Amino acid sequence: MKRKIIDTIIEKIIFFCGILAIVFVTLIFGFLLKEGFAFFKEYGVISFIAGKLWYPTSDPAQFGILSMIVGSLLVTAGACVIAVPIGIMAALYISEIAPKGVRDVLKSFIELMAAVPSVVIGFVGMVTLVPLVRTIFDLPTGLTAFSGSIMLAFMAMPTIVTISEDAIRSVPWSYKEGALALGATKWQTIRRIVLKAAMPGIIAAVMLGIGRVVGETMAVMMITGNAAHIPSSIFEPVRTMTATIAAEMGETVRGGMHYRALFAIGLVLFIITFIVNFIADLFLGKSKK
Amino acid sequence: MFKLNPKLSQKISYSILFCATILAIIPVAVIIFIIIKNGASAITWEFLTSMPKNGMRGGGILPAIIGTLSIVMCAIAVTLPIGVCAAIYLNEYAKDNLLTRIIKLAIVNLAGVPSVVYGLFGLGIFVMFLKLGVSIIAGALTLAIMELPVIITTARGALNSVPYSFREASLSLGVSRWQTIRHVVLPNALPGILTGAILSIARISGETAPIMFTAAAFYVPHLPTSAFDQVMALPYHLYIISTQIPGMPKNIIFGTALVLLMMVLSMSLIAIIARIYFRKRRKW
Repeated sequence: MKRKIIDTIIEKIIFFCGILAIVFVTLIFGFLLKEGFAFFKEYGVISFIAGKLWYPTSDPAQFGILSMIVGSLLVTAGACVIAVPIGIMAALYISEIAPKGVRDVLKSFIELMAAVPSVVIGFVGMVTLVPLVRTIFDLPTGLTAFSGSIMLAFMAMPTIVTISEDAIRSVPWSYKEGALALGATKWQTIRRIVLKAAMPGIIAAVMLGIGRVVGETMAVMMITGNAAHIPSSIFEPVRTMTATIAAEMGETVRGGMHYRALFAIGLVLFIITFIVNFIADLFLGKSKK
Repeated sequence: MFKLNPKLSQKISYSILFCATILAIIPVAVIIFIIIKNGASAITWEFLTSMPKNGMRGGGILPAIIGTLSIVMCAIAVTLPIGVCAAIYLNEYAKDNLLTRIIKLAIVNLAGVPSVVYGLFGLGIFVMFLKLGVSIIAGALTLAIMELPVIITTARGALNSVPYSFREASLSLGVSRWQTIRHVVLPNALPGILTGAILSIARISGETAPIMFTAAAFYVPHLPTSAFDQVMALPYHLYIISTQIPGMPKNIIFGTALVLLMMVLSMSLIAIIARIYFRKRRKW
């Protein structure tokens, strides 16, 4: 009897922990929404999203984040151009071509890559890549969107490779046998059959990689130069939404307009990553079927 | 039109894929190499065990190491039991209904929230609303929520890999559901859960953005004495000395980066090796 009561209590606790994830997501969204709405009421959504000027401390203060949205998009797009093709090719190599021993070592190394802290990547980028970019392209500064894109591509790589590799490996063996039996070479099979069958999973991998890049903060803040203006090329400094929050939160008055504006940026980031991850999840569900 | 011989085209494509793989892993290998090469000379016993001096341009990084360890240990102590319970719920109890789907969506979403947004949330709810102040506990709770989806996912994988027949055997002997989980499923899933936990510890040790406004301080002249103290933290310290302090000696920055990197990589490596070991030893 006593055991039964204990069992019930424990099962209640387990259920409570199970729904905590929902509680936390709601809390985070609610919190961002509360501060964000307080800000939008005073400043307006349109002038926030489409405003070009960010002068949070001048009088009257300007809180336009268009330049940061463009900055985030530019750096993310640049990182994708580098990381997506290389990542998918690497995933194909690891899952279909590499011998088993090599594959295990490569997979473990890629898992280690994912653990390298972003502040370390940012620091190394600052002392090696940034001066290199400056001299090669003869720029006034190496702190550019281009440098940021390169470093972020490395950081998105583990996500893209691991999840694509899972998708490629879960392609049923019978598909490959069918193609090989018809006299296709192994490469023709990989390109025409395996790649096509794994596509939903690969798309999910790319979306998750994008999600990671959009939300990346430290490396971006240290490498992209943080100039809040709309860049005319990828070789100019940019400022991303994440870097703005991280760089300015320490200096704001708690509860003031500037503070709330940073929460509003957080809300925009939350919504973007929510959509990106939701799409990734849809594709992942598809690839499992 | 010129058409390649399929065999030749296979050879060329394989070489390209191989080069892409090299390209994917070389940069990070180079980063690790640069840090080790430039930082190794700074690592001395004194560097690891003394306080910073001369506005952090000299001395050691002891408070940052202690700070990071205390934040991370508190965080994992909170998130591991909750995450494992949530995984048990999802894997052993949950039916395939709307609630379960919402929970899964919430986990996916929680995993995708940018780390700096966790920082904002932690500042809003723990530091200000719950009035914990900028402290170890506020930073730890922030990191705990951030790491929860990862813990749930890995623990769920570990539970799921325990064969269903184990449960059936126990249940058919009349053992209750919870007792079956407690005495049959959990012990078999434990290695998987623990390796996942170590990987999580490694990952959150390197996080900067979530603790920036919730736990980390620019400089604290003494070691923390309670969970409500502000602390220095390795990743934040690395950010500060590499960007905010002019005339900072390069070898101290590299040394700090090396300590952080080694902490993170060695823990990850232990977890990866342990996982391979347990998989080989598995009885089923």
